[in-house]
Amino acid sequence: MWNYFKLALLAVIAVAAAIAANYARDLAYLVNALTIMLAAAALFLWVLRRTDEPVRAEPMHEYNDGVIRAGVIATALWGVVGFLVGVTIAFQLAYPALNLSDLTHGYMNFGKLRPLHTSAVIFAFGGNALIATSFYVVQRTSAARLWGGNLAWFVFWGYQLVIVLAATGYILGATQSKEYAEPEWLTDWWLTVVWVAYLVVFLGTIVKRKEPHIYVANWFYLSFIVTIAMLHLINNISIPVSLFGSKSVQLFSGVQDAMTQWWYGHNAVGFFLTAGFLGMMYYFVPKQAERPIYSYKLSIIHFWALIFLYIWAGPHHLHYTALPDWAATLGMVFSVILWMPSWGGMINGLMTVSGAWDKLRTDPILRMMVVSIGFYGMSTFEGPMMSIRAVNSLSHYTDWTIGHVHSGALGWNGMITFGALYYLVPKLWNRERLYSLSLVSWHFWLATIGIVLYASSMWVSGIMEGLMWREVDSQGFLVNAFADTVAAKHPMNVVRALGGVLFLAGACIMAFNLWATVARQAGPAPRSAAVPAE
Amino acid sequence: MSRKPVKVKADPETTGHVWDGIQEFNNPLPRWWLWALYLTIIWGIGYVIAYPAWPLISGATPGLLGYSTRANVAKEIQRFEDANAPVEAKLVAADLPAIATDPELANFAKNAGGAVFRTRCAPCHGAGGAGARGYPNLLDNDWLWGGTMEDIHQTVSHGIRNTTDPDARYSQMPAFGEFLEPEEIDAVVNYVLAISGQDHDAGLAEAGAVVFADNCAACHGEDGTGDREQGAPNLTDAIWLYGGDPATLTETVTKARFGVMPAWAGRLSESDIRAVTAYVHGQGGGE
Repeated sequence: MWNYFKLALLAVIAVAAAIAANYARDLAYLVNALTIMLAAAALFLWVLRRTDEPVRAEPMHEYNDGVIRAGVIATALWGVVGFLVGVTIAFQLAYPALNLSDLTHGYMNFGKLRPLHTSAVIFAFGGNALIATSFYVVQRTSAARLWGGNLAWFVFWGYQLVIVLAATGYILGATQSKEYAEPEWLTDWWLTVVWVAYLVVFLGTIVKRKEPHIYVANWFYLSFIVTIAMLHLINNISIPVSLFGSKSVQLFSGVQDAMTQWWYGHNAVGFFLTAGFLGMMYYFVPKQAERPIYSYKLSIIHFWALIFLYIWAGPHHLHYTALPDWAATLGMVFSVILWMPSWGGMINGLMTVSGAWDKLRTDPILRMMVVSIGFYGMSTFEGPMMSIRAVNSLSHYTDWTIGHVHSGALGWNGMITFGALYYLVPKLWNRERLYSLSLVSWHFWLATIGIVLYASSMWVSGIMEGLMWREVDSQGFLVNAFADTVAAKHPMNVVRALGGVLFLAGACIMAFNLWATVARQAGPAPRSAAVPAE
Repeated sequence: MSRKPVKVKADPETTGHVWDGIQEFNNPLPRWWLWALYLTIIWGIGYVIAYPAWPLISGATPGLLGYSTRANVAKEIQRFEDANAPVEAKLVAADLPAIATDPELANFAKNAGGAVFRTRCAPCHGAGGAGARGYPNLLDNDWLWGGTMEDIHQTVSHGIRNTTDPDARYSQMPAFGEFLEPEEIDAVVNYVLAISGQDHDAGLAEAGAVVFADNCAACHGEDGTGDREQGAPNLTDAIWLYGGDPATLTETVTKARFGVMPAWAGRLSESDIRAVTAYVHGQGGGE
């Protein structure tokens, strides 16, 4: 019966999407509608083949690891894609001819590829990593199977659909022009549905946990899921111009819109890239180091301080703009106070490894995690510093910001995710060990050197840029033309792109290593593979 | 992979919780961490008292220091404007050709005009003024509309072929594709190649001379050396605005060109216009 309802719903969606495609007012909407139609039709066929077949009972005593395996594959795949686009646009900045405008009619211009890169690495790579690891961690630390049966699969595939809709939309011109919130209303609505399902699966699993307490990693994951839902809903309040077009009009305008956007934008960093990944850190670091968490007290205090303070820090993105001084002051003060709560996570992570420092010699995965925490500490010091008004007047709009973001994103988010993937793949596919630890070492060094090249070239470039922009002569006249600063940045742009190449090469080695772990090593003797959920 | 747990001296108590094998030590908060947190909070309280911070029903607390980003910027701009006011007044009152001979004015105009140029003119003419395809090089002594101080001042003030300023310099080359046969265009292009000293077909150029005299000479002159009254370029030298190769010349003759420059009077002060005029004039090609 339930299947017949599903079939009817999917048929309605497929037909409605076909009708919408027929009336589409722009190319991006047309392609999005056709994508939705195909997705609904494929799912229709899948359900149809299972209707009136004997139902295989859900193995309630086992963890649901299939969806996590899919998530791990998606993470590695989107990671390589996102890094590749990043390297491409880095070379476009160094050599503008690589926009290939004549050849690609502007569809591959920097302006189109840049949001493709940021969304691919943050939401496709980072998002899949967060969903997959949160599903893994919440099951293990709750000793319970994921709640909601196939709903977890809906979250996985629904999220991939969000990525495809957003990416094709950017290339074909559908964008809200809001940084990290570029997708238009149609994609936003769909993401809302998927995200609510994600929250339900995660919360449901916690509710039926068999452990008396909720593990700290789950606090962080839950705060990330709940806050992202709130941020997404409020920053994307807009009215579609037409039900058959991708364009929508924002509810807020002017400085209110800017404030809402950066409240969202900064907390995308705070809750997606910090809180969510701290959840990852709190599980995989003690696991890999085989040591207890350093301090329970510190985890409580820094968790609540972090989530209370982060939400106010957004205005530091709008120093010296139309935003009133008082709002900028508050944003700056909360950002500076945020320094120690952020470092609480670093201390807890690093001190957890204390007592197992000898493993750094032999375990490149733990080394990766430790370097990741180091970059986390560095960028959460740099961030509060850059939020100070006087520092910001030099750093704002320069490459320094780009360098700051990437030492956090490549160093912290990238490395901790790589560490988690190396930990997960042998466990999820029941292999005794990784295919090659020396390839992990190669990955570690390529990525680390890549990040160092990236961050240091952007510091030099950004500070130089800031100094050149503000340079005035004794009579108050600007000394440099904007084009002078662009020309002066060229060598640093080249170094940055080369750093990106190293980082990408490391990720490709990882993808091979993970594939070989599964494909080139024999599985275990057939036995009940899954771990009992107690 | 069986590794004996590393002996650490005096592991502290754990909380007793175990999740999937993970335990938690009951360590206190690190002292230095806690004190640093307190210090940032105390600093924050002081800062929000000293600076504008708390929103009220209308406006916000101004802070004890009376800090304002807008007031600071206005003050800084005012300081330079006050300092520069006398020399700016002198610049506006001076005869245009006299600017270069007065050291004080010449120095000021070079700095002020350079800043205006790098901000307003560089997007088209390049940061160094060397121009680009369709945008004249301002460093040489080849001028479309004249290179004296007066000529440049007129061009900067009113622009070229724009629709906003009735005094803009104006002229229009016809698109000869509408009047001439392709063979005639081919011929006149070869004539232009000939008078500019490039490889050409002598036979075609001979026929082209007639076409040139009938259609082009009125503006570009009998000898093709151009006419600054009409902004008609000299066609006998090696300097080309759009390009001097046969394909580009054919396109230019067939479709014509219509280069536009905005008027800066009203957008820049007279002092700034004079300064940038002197700056351009002093770049090497001034007459």
